[in-house]
Amino acid sequence: MKQLRRTMLFVPADHPGMMFEAPVFQPDCIIFDLEDAISLKEKDSARNLLVEALKAIDFGNCEVFARINPLYTPFGEKDVRRLVPAGLQNFRLPMTESPEDILRLDQLLTALEKEHELPRGELKILGAIETAKGVINAPAIATASPRLIGISFGAEDFTRSMTTERSQTGEELFWARSHVVLAARAAGIDAIDTVFTALGDEEGFDREVSMAKQLGFSGKSVIHPSQIKTVHRIFTPANDEIIHAQRIINAMHAAEANGSGVIVVDGKMVDSPVVLKAQRVLDLAKGANLLPGGGEA
Amino acid sequence: MTKMVLNAVGRAIPTHIKGMGDLTPFKGAFAHTPGPMNMTPRAAWHKPGQSKMTETIRQALENCGLADGMTLSFHHHFRNGDHLVNMVMDEVAAMGVRDITIAPSSLQSIHEKLIPHIRSGVITGIQTSGIRGEIARVLSTENLLKTPIIIRSHGGRPRAIESGDTKIDIAIIGAPAADAFGNVNGVEGPNACGSLGYAIADATCATHTVVVTDYLIPYPACPVSIPQTLVDYVVVAEGIGDPQGIVSGATRITRNPMELLIAEKANEAILASGLVQQDFSFQAGTGGSSLAVAHFLRQHMRENNIKGSFASGGINGYLVDMLEEGLFRTLMDVQCFDLKAIESIRKNPNHMEMSASYYANPHNKGCVAHQLDVMVLSATEIDVQFNVNVITGSNGIIMGASGGHCDTAAGSKLAIVVAPLFRGRLPIVVDQVTTVVTPGESIDVLVTEYGVAVNPARTDLKDRFRENGLKTVEIHELKERAEKVTGKPTKPVVTDEVIGLVEYRDGTIIDTIKKVVE
Repeated sequence: MKQLRRTMLFVPADHPGMMFEAPVFQPDCIIFDLEDAISLKEKDSARNLLVEALKAIDFGNCEVFARINPLYTPFGEKDVRRLVPAGLQNFRLPMTESPEDILRLDQLLTALEKEHELPRGELKILGAIETAKGVINAPAIATASPRLIGISFGAEDFTRSMTTERSQTGEELFWARSHVVLAARAAGIDAIDTVFTALGDEEGFDREVSMAKQLGFSGKSVIHPSQIKTVHRIFTPANDEIIHAQRIINAMHAAEANGSGVIVVDGKMVDSPVVLKAQRVLDLAKGANLLPGGGEA
Repeated sequence: MTKMVLNAVGRAIPTHIKGMGDLTPFKGAFAHTPGPMNMTPRAAWHKPGQSKMTETIRQALENCGLADGMTLSFHHHFRNGDHLVNMVMDEVAAMGVRDITIAPSSLQSIHEKLIPHIRSGVITGIQTSGIRGEIARVLSTENLLKTPIIIRSHGGRPRAIESGDTKIDIAIIGAPAADAFGNVNGVEGPNACGSLGYAIADATCATHTVVVTDYLIPYPACPVSIPQTLVDYVVVAEGIGDPQGIVSGATRITRNPMELLIAEKANEAILASGLVQQDFSFQAGTGGSSLAVAHFLRQHMRENNIKGSFASGGINGYLVDMLEEGLFRTLMDVQCFDLKAIESIRKNPNHMEMSASYYANPHNKGCVAHQLDVMVLSATEIDVQFNVNVITGSNGIIMGASGGHCDTAAGSKLAIVVAPLFRGRLPIVVDQVTTVVTPGESIDVLVTEYGVAVNPARTDLKDRFRENGLKTVEIHELKERAEKVTGKPTKPVVTDEVIGLVEYRDGTIIDTIKKVVE
């Protein structure tokens, strides 16, 4: 089944209560943050806490990530070395600016897979692109390693690197967002949009999530559980979309069974991109448990 | 040694308490038939021109014939801004009177100033809905009173007063506004608190009723919550209340994501019950998840053009908004929680004041609680039998209030408890609650962040939930899930001394509170 990454909920790794509660809100992914949310003097204790939490907490169906510290800091490599034996499989690498950043983490993970006798390639990377340089290099970053399951865009650091500020309308991010999502889709991996920090602005959030979906993102990083429902609503196909998609796929199966190359729905011919889109709708629906038994409608 | 018997929820209850008499163990929510009412309104007379104005609280108490052994009642609409209980009891102590039973509708942490009067024997009995703060800790850990505290629900208290179980010698009415002839309302003056619902039984049934106000208004007060016909004396005294502690500006919906999640799940359960239809009725507490349920319900009512008949209980600004939006036809209000509710009860005839007896007394000819469709309740603990504790912490110390919990649970068609599975390191779903306030037979559904559990006795509800696609879990699963994280909770260490009796709304005893060893 397609792993949905509609929501990636940031949880600071120094708050045991929040770490324990996070799965209850059923985000698709939880990202335990060891980077920005943790002060320098708390880095070691937060890492220790996360190692224990990974062993103790039932995360249900949530895919678990850690946002490690960049590898050029004294903390990044330690984060990875402690978290791999604790069972963590997914690493979000902040401030990715070049394919070399990804390769460095890739090599570390390869070594640790060997050391801990883990299946080769099991450990995955999500590259976080957060600077002008990173955006420019997005296509190369997105293809830097088979471990990459996606790249994400981070607007806060990006606007800083661009010497501008985030606006409500987001013109300053438009090209960067488009470039990141284009690079991800070209590489066949997920693209995750940046966080929205104005928690009280529900309309603005709705607008931004809709735009992210329209641009082709797979999902959005979220900083508060209250944002999850909106993102899931917008990124999950509606019932009529699912029904229509199922009819297209049924028609495709019927055409295959008849040995016919022509797929017809409601008397109209359907071509291959439409079938692929329909399959994606069904994948999303399956991932969101909207199909009975998680299987065919 | 007093003989103990097991009541219908399996709690050992003394059959007799020295100084109180025989006790009736709880038999079931509607199993106890009341005896004949023995309260008779006292005869009174008044001559034209006779003034009720009295210079001081002391003089009023003297006029009422205050003596050792009497019962003085108070109401808690001033909440934690109430100075009156403390002022009156200071005066009682100064007069050298002892052995007083106080019957406030609730005690707050501000009443810790009563502790010296309890230690010195001025106060020897307490009958109340709840106790909070230091005074609760002292009463829970030291056996200071001559007879155990009686914890009564908001319906059980007027039942006790109107039936004569509690004979009030002097009712003290803290009046936000009053005229010189004793007409009282709660909507004017610096201490405006809105409804005076809890004080009405007191004023009606007490031998003497004293009104104390810091806001004397010209005769006649209008509107009138407590009429002149019930009032003996009027005292003007400064400093009876602190507006800061009485009401908040406006009650807001929680932003706590866990409380919102639980509320959303509760709303799904309420909708799946099929009870939300035209003219349905609703009540919810003001705390966290409870009020947030109203928020989710509101969206559904708007989208489906549903208008409810009434919302009741303690009323806050959020429910006022729903009234003004036309989502409820009426509000029935025993206690206003915020300024918006006070303003509304003052100006909107569809926002009605109700007495606590009208609200929840099971032994009158019909109370509002028995007309409720949906009741959303909180819980300090809930056990696998669905019994609920809202009075003691898991450490055994009194920290809450019975309130209208058991009244509305018994009366409503759907009594739904919303609670997180954990508070801090403590599990909320347990094998046995520390103290039973509401029997499991009255609770239909428990909603936690980890799932919805239906009382097995409500097979009809379980079927309806299934038909409507609402997944449920067994309450045992929730308990086990909690215990997997917290371990089995330890029971409080208590002695055999009974420091409190939890009275069910019908006057029977549902549980005892034992002295805690700290």
